[in-house]
Amino acid sequence: MKYIFAFIILLGFWLLFTFNLETHNLIVGAVASLIAILFFAKHFVKPVWKMLQPQRYFWFILYLIIFIWECIKANFDVAYRVLHPAMPIKPGIVKVKLNLKTNMAKTILANSITMTPGTISVDLIDDVLYVHWIYVSSTDPEEYSKKVAGRFEKYIKKIFE
Amino acid sequence: MSKIIFIILLSIGVLFNLFGCIGLLRLPDVYNRLQSATKCVTLGTCSILLSLIVYYGFNEIGVKALIAIPLLFFAATVAAHALIRGSYFFGIKLGEKSIKDDYKEVAGAAENKESKK
Amino acid sequence: MNQLLYYFLYAQIALCFFCLYRIIRGPTIADRMVGIDIFGILVVGICAIIAVITDRMFIIDIGIAWIILSFIGTLTLAKYLKGRNLNE
Repeated sequence: MKYIFAFIILLGFWLLFTFNLETHNLIVGAVASLIAILFFAKHFVKPVWKMLQPQRYFWFILYLIIFIWECIKANFDVAYRVLHPAMPIKPGIVKVKLNLKTNMAKTILANSITMTPGTISVDLIDDVLYVHWIYVSSTDPEEYSKKVAGRFEKYIKKIFE
Repeated sequence: MSKIIFIILLSIGVLFNLFGCIGLLRLPDVYNRLQSATKCVTLGTCSILLSLIVYYGFNEIGVKALIAIPLLFFAATVAAHALIRGSYFFGIKLGEKSIKDDYKEVAGAAENKESKK
Repeated sequence: MNQLLYYFLYAQIALCFFCLYRIIRGPTIADRMVGIDIFGILVVGICAIIAVITDRMFIIDIGIAWIILSFIGTLTLAKYLKGRNLNE
């Protein structure tokens, strides 16, 4: 099951890259993806049946829209801080507690945090994410956990768990 | 019509790249520089690639630009994470303006664990 | 139209000089590595604009390969950075 999924995804990427549907191209792509699967399929996602549930894709699209909005906000935030003559920055590294379980979800959350306004993820030890924040607005752990991770956590929980 | 959108997206991309590079010059220490540069330059380049999709439609170049966007996104974020963690272990202190450092108490333990592997 | 694209190309190349300044002047090694990382991403933008100007499709392939190469290069540099210390 896992192998079939990995094969379909790899072949799809091959066809998108080369962009023609002739027979010899298909054969070369199939052979290349078979060789790739032999070596790397054991690193593919474990519970494959989760990829077949349609509601996950719905939440994914919703998450994508929110994420792009946050990205644009992040850029204007950084532009404001950079162009302001006095540079209003107050940096520091804060500790954020996560409620997610699987490794995949944690990775995606850390990547999303890097692109959101003023935060960049430094390290992930077990359940705790260390985040470098360009403007530490409050010193209360509850409040900034909610501010940094709370926006994405509920969507990622629905998509990847 | 699509040409106007193409020019607008392209100029937004170059403008964001400019902001990111100004941040690279002005901000005081490594961590802040990495913040401004990674965010602005990644979204600026994504915007340039998006303008290519608008210009060419859904043909060979457009599809390749579409694939390059998530690739660039993951590459940039993971590289930023690796660089910031590496420079912390290298021993660069947070800048003078910083007010909080929660990572200090666990950094030594993390480094020991890393070297044992 | 084509003239405008050339202006965007020159702007993008000028931004590369900003990065070069950071690479040459950077007080520590880490600053230089940040400069190299950002330089790699800017080159992808240059490749995209050149692909529009010349209307050839293989240049965007160069851009994709450049993303992967600069990613691997930055990871290697970060790994090197982690193994050394400033006070050694």
